Amino acid sequence: MNFAPKAVILLAVLGLAACNNPDKYGSGNGVVDPGGAYGSGTGDGSVSQGSISDPNSPAYFNAAVGDMVHFVVDQSTLTDEARNILAGQAKWLNAHGKYSAIIEGHADEQGTREYNLALGARRASAVQEFLISQGVAGSRLRTVSYGKERPLAVCSSEDCYAKNRRAVTVISLGAGS
Amino acid sequence: MFRFALAALAALMIGPGAALAQQGPLHIEIDEGVIEPLPYALPSFVAETGGAGEMAAQISQVINADLSGTGLFRQIPENAYLQRFSSFDTPVSYADWQAINAQALIVGGVSTSGGKVVVKFRLFDVYSNQQLGDGQQLAASPQSWRRLAHKVADVIYSRITGESGYFDSRVVYVSESGPKDKRLKRLAIMDYDGANVNYLTDSSTIVLAPRFSPTGDRILYTTFETGFPRIKLMNVGNVSGQLLPEVPGTMTFSPRFSPDGNSIVYSLEQNGNTDLYKMSASGGSPARLTNSPAIETAPSFSPDGSRIVFESDRSGGPQLYIMPAGGGEPTRISYGDGRYGTPVWSPRGDMIAFTKQAGGRFFIGVMRTDGSEERLLTASFLDEGPTWSPNGRVIMFTRESPGAGGGAQLFTIDISGRNLKKVGNAGGASDPAWSPLLP
Repeated sequence: MNFAPKAVILLAVLGLAACNNPDKYGSGNGVVDPGGAYGSGTGDGSVSQGSISDPNSPAYFNAAVGDMVHFVVDQSTLTDEARNILAGQAKWLNAHGKYSAIIEGHADEQGTREYNLALGARRASAVQEFLISQGVAGSRLRTVSYGKERPLAVCSSEDCYAKNRRAVTVISLGAGS
Repeated sequence: MFRFALAALAALMIGPGAALAQQGPLHIEIDEGVIEPLPYALPSFVAETGGAGEMAAQISQVINADLSGTGLFRQIPENAYLQRFSSFDTPVSYADWQAINAQALIVGGVSTSGGKVVVKFRLFDVYSNQQLGDGQQLAASPQSWRRLAHKVADVIYSRITGESGYFDSRVVYVSESGPKDKRLKRLAIMDYDGANVNYLTDSSTIVLAPRFSPTGDRILYTTFETGFPRIKLMNVGNVSGQLLPEVPGTMTFSPRFSPDGNSIVYSLEQNGNTDLYKMSASGGSPARLTNSPAIETAPSFSPDGSRIVFESDRSGGPQLYIMPAGGGEPTRISYGDGRYGTPVWSPRGDMIAFTKQAGGRFFIGVMRTDGSEERLLTASFLDEGPTWSPNGRVIMFTRESPGAGGGAQLFTIDISGRNLKKVGNAGGASDPAWSPLLP
């Protein structure tokens, strides 16, 4: 019998570590760690956040415009409140053509893993469609879903679930392709 | 080569001395629902060479853990035994075993020499005064001693129940650590009982829902290593993987092998809509299996490869549907209250295990393939993602506890609804997928 020694397994997986991960999971407070939650994402996707008081900065977008919208249980329909926030996002993006955005969709933990991945994608896509309807070029927007993998709030009750059912617009450099 | 290349594990029938293989009255009919476990005796296996004592004791322990762990058998404590075995060939004194109400007796010997461990065993039907089946001899390298024990336990289980065992099998799963909002996930593989954990990836990116190929030599899973959900195919032997091709701007996830291992069914998300697709495991262009504005995900093939059960919210909430493996009109099979997800076809083909959500709780359940005879086996704050033992008798699943300090662990339950047990690994774990019985 031939066993792969552990060292070989480790070598094989270390090669995967260097990836450009755009995830930010939603800051909501204007302080985005460009390193992401795991210290990944320090590649091309990272962007200088600037100052909240500078209306041209991603930090201003996150905090003053609002980078996040929330959803009703199981739904991807945009609420009136969400539409107001997204209208502001579209206005800012239209005025700042050097940036593009990745829209992250998230679900609460009350669902199965793979279904929630699909549900998060539906939410991210609803945001993307709205921004496009407001004049933002589709080429500047990309979507990703984290399903229930990255909750913002960790309690297991409706106030936390409501915070976790969200889509976050993460600003990155580049006018898209 | 990992542990799947098992050619070296050789089995021999033990010749003379063994009674004729004959089906005695020693038998458990699992379908009847075993309430009272069958009492058996297993004197610690005889060390047949110097230095084999510890190995013999360990192998005996693992066999006992396998058998007792099913809930179908109960070991009579060794200190109650009246007969001692100084040699593997010591004649059995049936009266001594009847006196302590042992129904089955397992006698074994272990020798170590030339870089090999050799295990011999015989199973006796105490009340029929005869051996049940031939004696057997198994050999493997010392690192595989646990597999030897599992193989012996599988033979004993099989002779008494008339069904194949599931002990010599493995589980691929997601090992979890860290706080709930920054959970670290890595792919890991372990023996069915939680022993011999090996990590297949590091924790630099999210990984989800691995699945074995039908022969257990490859694993499909979802990884965020590009920043977006993508499907990766890993060769278990050398832990090398490759991302499957995808259409730019889409997400792909929820991959499953067909029973012949030649094709892969998966979910593809484009513009917010998720449908099921099929591609050849060797490449080629994908075929679309569903075409609806709803979410279609979590596919699972019937064992004969002719049909696929999956989860869809086309009727509103997620429910279970079955369609022909090449696509076509699906039939809804779940009609109970609540939401149904993660359907998994049983290895016998007669049942589908699923996750159900109702009234703020999660359940693992089983139903017939036409949706009838639904039975819920477990209930908790969050149970999800069933996987079948190779013989279709046991289901393993993820149970997550609530709150900020909540975490995921693996549990098993018999399809009778009895014998709920945590799978013995120390850390957090989710998304188990059970391998076929190893060769």
